[in-house]
Amino acid sequence: MKPLSIVVRTCCDMFAWFMVVFGSYVIIHGDVTPGGGFQGGAIVATFMALLLVAYGGEKVLSWVKFSFYNGLLIVGLLLFLLFGFSGMANSFFYNFLAVPEAVALAGGAHGIIPPSGTIALMDIAVGIEVTGGLTLILLYMFKGTRMFNLIEMGGETGHDSR
Amino acid sequence: MRKTIFIIAALVFGGLMLGALDSIHPFGEPGNVPMDEYFLHHALEDRSSENVVTSIVFDYRGFDTIGEAAVLFTAVCSVLALFREGAKK
Amino acid sequence: MTVGNMPFLVVGILFLMGVLAILREKNLIKIAIGISIIESAVNMLLITLGYRLSGDIPVYFLSGDVDVMVMPTPQALTLTAIVIALATSALMLSVIMLIYKHYGTLNVDELRRLRG
Repeated sequence: MKPLSIVVRTCCDMFAWFMVVFGSYVIIHGDVTPGGGFQGGAIVATFMALLLVAYGGEKVLSWVKFSFYNGLLIVGLLLFLLFGFSGMANSFFYNFLAVPEAVALAGGAHGIIPPSGTIALMDIAVGIEVTGGLTLILLYMFKGTRMFNLIEMGGETGHDSR
Repeated sequence: MRKTIFIIAALVFGGLMLGALDSIHPFGEPGNVPMDEYFLHHALEDRSSENVVTSIVFDYRGFDTIGEAAVLFTAVCSVLALFREGAKK
Repeated sequence: MTVGNMPFLVVGILFLMGVLAILREKNLIKIAIGISIIESAVNMLLITLGYRLSGDIPVYFLSGDVDVMVMPTPQALTLTAIVIALATSALMLSVIMLIYKHYGTLNVDELRRLRG
């Protein structure tokens, strides 16, 4: 695939990294505003979709590293299970870091961990896993379309004459 | 002949399904409420999390989220396995 | 004319359109679109089951101190259902791509006659 015209490339440059920042905002504020892990992970995965459409296949596939997104997928799932087994003293999946509201308002919460405990931490773990998973699906399905011979099927429209 | 049977079967199936959907409960007055009342009243006091839906997904019903993460992982592994380059002889 | 039970009937009509697409179409991709319509209709039914009249969003940060909030449990179940619909869609489209590469056609009537 060849890159699209200069207008499309400029718009993609403006929006691609903004999507990563907005998606991280939705993931991290999962226990205060609507959103959470799954929704934020899908927003961050549109970064790769924008780049694939605007810059073409050859440039993106020669630049991206598959092992990075593989690592994101595996680290997310392992962190999620680790938080599940940590409260094993009482039961599986026990929220051992939660602080009730009356105690938190009086100043008894931990320093950096939010008072909702493992809810916020599991949010971040699931967000990392969904990001890596959806990006890998996109990249592998795009690699699969290159096994067809595009010239005999009529070619593509919308490119520069380069 | 086949078209007649198809149209009659579609009308019967559609009519029965729409009739069943019409008589679940009146729109706006759900039937079983006590469990959700417990969630709404205790999510802020015990867990101090302001988003009740997230606290249900990750804390009160966290076991379903394990299954869902496993389904996503399996789907990604299956797509990877379908598009592998075979060994060239 | 008041609202009545209209949201449930709309979901039923959407489901019937999806079933009609699966039964009458001959192209494999259009059948996959019909399956996706059915999954969206079921998710919509789950959300409209948990509505309470004059209820507010079940997030304390945005709605403050109200008496009546909508039920949050069906919304938590719909999150899982959406992710499962995504997984089945991705696998269906991948298998359709491999069928086209192997047989050269996407017509359901012709595929039944080809062997190997």
